Amino acid sequence: MEAKVANDWRLRGQRYRLEGEVCGHCGVAIFPPRDICPECGKPAKTPAPLSGRGEVYTFSTVYNAPEGFEPYTPYTVALVKLEEGPVVTAQLTDVAPKDVQIGMPVEMVTRRLRTHGEEGTIVYGYKFRPRVRV
Amino acid sequence: MRDVAIIGVGMIPFGRRDQDSLIDMLAYASMKALDDAHLGDKAVDAVYVANMGGGILQHQTGIASALVDRLSLLPAAADLVENGPASGASAIKNGVQAIASGYSDVVLVAGGEKMREVTGWRATDFVATLTHPESEYPYGITLPGMAGMFTRLYMEQHGLTAEALVAVAIKNQEMGALNPYAHVEMMITKEGIFDSPHSVVNNPLVADPLRLYDACPVSDGAAAVLMCPLEMARELTEKQPVVVAGFGQATDTHTLQERDDPTDLKAVRLAAQQAFDRAKLKPSDVDVAELHDAFTVLEIAESEHVGFFGKGEGSKAALAGLTRFGGKIPINVSGGLKARGHPVGATGVAQVVEITWQLRHELPKERQVKNAKVGLTVNFGGFGNNVLAFVLRRAS
Repeated sequence: MEAKVANDWRLRGQRYRLEGEVCGHCGVAIFPPRDICPECGKPAKTPAPLSGRGEVYTFSTVYNAPEGFEPYTPYTVALVKLEEGPVVTAQLTDVAPKDVQIGMPVEMVTRRLRTHGEEGTIVYGYKFRPRVRV
Repeated sequence: MRDVAIIGVGMIPFGRRDQDSLIDMLAYASMKALDDAHLGDKAVDAVYVANMGGGILQHQTGIASALVDRLSLLPAAADLVENGPASGASAIKNGVQAIASGYSDVVLVAGGEKMREVTGWRATDFVATLTHPESEYPYGITLPGMAGMFTRLYMEQHGLTAEALVAVAIKNQEMGALNPYAHVEMMITKEGIFDSPHSVVNNPLVADPLRLYDACPVSDGAAAVLMCPLEMARELTEKQPVVVAGFGQATDTHTLQERDDPTDLKAVRLAAQQAFDRAKLKPSDVDVAELHDAFTVLEIAESEHVGFFGKGEGSKAALAGLTRFGGKIPINVSGGLKARGHPVGATGVAQVVEITWQLRHELPKERQVKNAKVGLTVNFGGFGNNVLAFVLRRAS
């Protein structure tokens, strides 16, 4: 898919700060932001960054990538359950695929996700690594 | 509401079809369905076309009207239905509703996809466009990757084994070898893909723990069905009518991450339940089923969620041969997506074509389920975020 600068700009909160929302009615943490609470269905527009700390819920190492991700194979994708409740889909980094386990504590870091097209626009975003911060 | 009957079906062999354009394939399958019904002069009122990727892969839009013109069915109404890999069943549902409501009498539904004229990476990217554009796609998530994460959880929580997945792969490729419409006509052995030193080479990891032979191929193909009110079927054609006894459809969260229990295929459960309720039938009434085995794990998981087996029992059933041809509930006697192929827009239609052949008792005996009266199809869009089920019944 081609690079869309406005798209990358619009998503800067969630990509760089793991910024979700919190529902003012039922208090549930929401990620990605969607402005409508998936639990109670009421409007939820209060931004709230997530801690980025969580654990691996499930994972898979991808060997056949979509176009644009071929140079990065094999890479491990995971569902990470955050301390605040929401589950995030992301790549794992700084860990060999064979060492990944369900339940492993991980934390968010900012990494290069890919480059786009002939201009080589670099897209940054979150990945998760085995937890080193206390 | 009127009962709806299927009176004509057609399919072209799936595979790599460099000789045909997308519209060619849709037209050939449609002509076969029209011929099959011997419709004569009766006009087609409406055409629903199922296609997911024409805009992306062929750089072509307005595909439904292009097909109506190509088939010289002017001025029939034309609509394109895009509902991801469930587009086929969605288009049929639209046709069923149009007939049941009385707005249309004769409806043609054609589903097709042309995926082999782009590279494998491009095809994987095309299918990945149905993942969440903000929280899944940018992170390199693919459908096989999702299926891999799903499989790992299913193995942890519901007793799924790699051996059960292999049993599904072998069964479906064995049946595909008997189906002249199947993309993959090659039999495989357990030794070749599972428990010998060279199996690691033959069957490499695609999305751990899923391997090459757990996944369906990327295919070109098209299929079509012709429908009318049951009350008109006998006068329109001498073919044995097959009744759309019930359909069901349900939507689940866009992302896998937002599901309380990602191993619960809620939309499959609800769609099947709704289809059975409307048909006033139950899972044990089904003689033959076409499930959406884009990955072997899905055949097992769906066989549980539609109610054939309890949760966690699907693996054992596959290993015990209960889902084989001649077993308690034969699943994917066509070879399924695994062997027939998965041209995404065509799949839901191809499933209904296959079950129609089964219920008309028209297939060669090596894959005709004896005296089949009731069939089930499940067409699974996204990673279970849009699912349709049909219960079809041989008209008495």
